[in-house]
Amino acid sequence: MALVTYIAADGRATAVELPAGTTVKDGALQNGVEGIIGECGGNAMCATCHVYVDDHWLARLAVIEEVEDALLDDAVSPRRHNSRLGCQIRISDALDGLVVRMPEAQE
Amino acid sequence: MSVLDAAAAPVSDLDPYAEEFLRDPYPRQQQLREAGAVVWLSRHRLWAVTRHEEVDTVLRDPQTYCSSRGVGLADFARETPWRPPSLLLEADPPQHTAARHAITAVLGPRTVREMRQAFESRAQQLVEELVRGGSFDAIHDLAERFPLTAMSDQIGVPQDGREHLLVYGALAFQAFGPRNERTERSLREGEQAAAWVAEHTRLSELRPGGLGARIHASAVEHGFSEQHAELLVRSVLTAGIDTTVIAIGNALWLLARHPEQWAALRDDPSLARTAFEEGIRVETPIQVFCRTTTRAVQLAGVPLAEGDKLLLLLAGANRDPRRWEDPERFEIRRSASGHVGFGAGIHACVGQMIARLEGEAVLSALAARVQTLEPAGEPRRLIHNTLRALSSLPLRVVAR
Ligand code: HEM
Ligand code: FES
Repeated sequence: MALVTYIAADGRATAVELPAGTTVKDGALQNGVEGIIGECGGNAMCATCHVYVDDHWLARLAVIEEVEDALLDDAVSPRRHNSRLGCQIRISDALDGLVVRMPEAQE
Repeated sequence: MSVLDAAAAPVSDLDPYAEEFLRDPYPRQQQLREAGAVVWLSRHRLWAVTRHEEVDTVLRDPQTYCSSRGVGLADFARETPWRPPSLLLEADPPQHTAARHAITAVLGPRTVREMRQAFESRAQQLVEELVRGGSFDAIHDLAERFPLTAMSDQIGVPQDGREHLLVYGALAFQAFGPRNERTERSLREGEQAAAWVAEHTRLSELRPGGLGARIHASAVEHGFSEQHAELLVRSVLTAGIDTTVIAIGNALWLLARHPEQWAALRDDPSLARTAFEEGIRVETPIQVFCRTTTRAVQLAGVPLAEGDKLLLLLAGANRDPRRWEDPERFEIRRSASGHVGFGAGIHACVGQMIARLEGEAVLSALAARVQTLEPAGEPRRLIHNTLRALSSLPLRVVAR
């Protein structure tokens, strides 16, 4: 299990316990956290699960693959150095305490 | 597989390619789903994967369940495919990965957003014409006309001969089934269409700046030969028109049969996108796709041998009560996200964002302009090896 905190664009924070193996995108959808859409079902096609990852955690994530990289360039909200796709961040115990911020808009 | 293995798994002599199965597939898909997650189909000597969880698992494990031996019944390790295999659909990593990069570089969300304006105005224009007439055939006059104009313009094929794309799409999907009378007929009737499509994968035939030309250029940039660049363009010509025609037609049929769902959409046209998605869940255009095992493996407790064919019941998974509440119900306000109508994993449909935009454009244009939408006669069903589609759908509309 890992405690993940989602911070909405307006600053509202929601913390949820997520089982290892799930993704940041699924964790949001299954717990009613707004701000992530995930229209393509986690298949790295839509970029509507864009999040900004707090710097402290950035280095602990798997490296960005080419498909994710290209999609982040196409996201509706600006891409930053800490942009990732929520559907590509897989939860593990090592991510206990993860903090992600949602962008202004996803579509 | 050995006879012993089969004894451990449920066996069924249902034929998923029999006319009565194809005419009304859902009770029989349910029968298979309740028999087991993995069921041996004795008629065709392959496994049906019947439930959402297992279908999703197989789709997301391309190392174990490969596509390069064909995503139809034919095993490319033993049979020569009817056409050169697709570099995307019928390929595995690392070859697949390279082709996928070349095409997603063109079909990304930004490109799709740029198409919105053109799709919306074309849809509004078409709906305006149809509303004036009052009744029409929703397949021919709307579901076919929209992708044949709006999407074909984006791809950049000439006006003349576009209808060949419908025939060719239907042929390609027919050939994923067994080599039955349906397939033979499609092959015969599709000869001209296949020639037209082959010709229009060439750069010289594609409008400069269109999606087709850009995919060709991207493929060359990614190191593909001219011939392979043409094969990648062929993917969009095969999978990019007929599929959306069917999905739009199915959505219109569902809305016409469910007046309360139509009323909800009309009162809130912003539901158009989720309505289209839900339509793909309940009337999944591509009902099945296959995979072949690359090693001996257990799936849901059933031992599979290397080289076994699996028939994934995408449509069955999309109505699996283990995954969906009240699965038979068409409910446009539900979140259908997670359905496998566009596949999942590395082969997940590359055109899905375009398809959604098309569906959204058509349904929201209708919702904005039409008060009532009703059947105006019996629809005609296309009996097809792989596709769930109507060939005719008479509708009557009253303007709002
Ligand atoms: C509602 C319409 C559509 C449906 C239901 C649909 C369905 C699917 C499905 C189920 C797959 C997965 C195949 C597999 O796993 O073996 C797929 C793949 C694919 N689709 Fe679509 N599709 C649609 C529209 C489109 C459009 C508009 C395009 C092109 C612009 C397109 C191009 C492709 C391509 C090239 C693949 C192969 C991807 C790969 O293997 O990596 N599709 N589609
Ligand atoms: S859910 Fe679509 S890209 Fe992440």
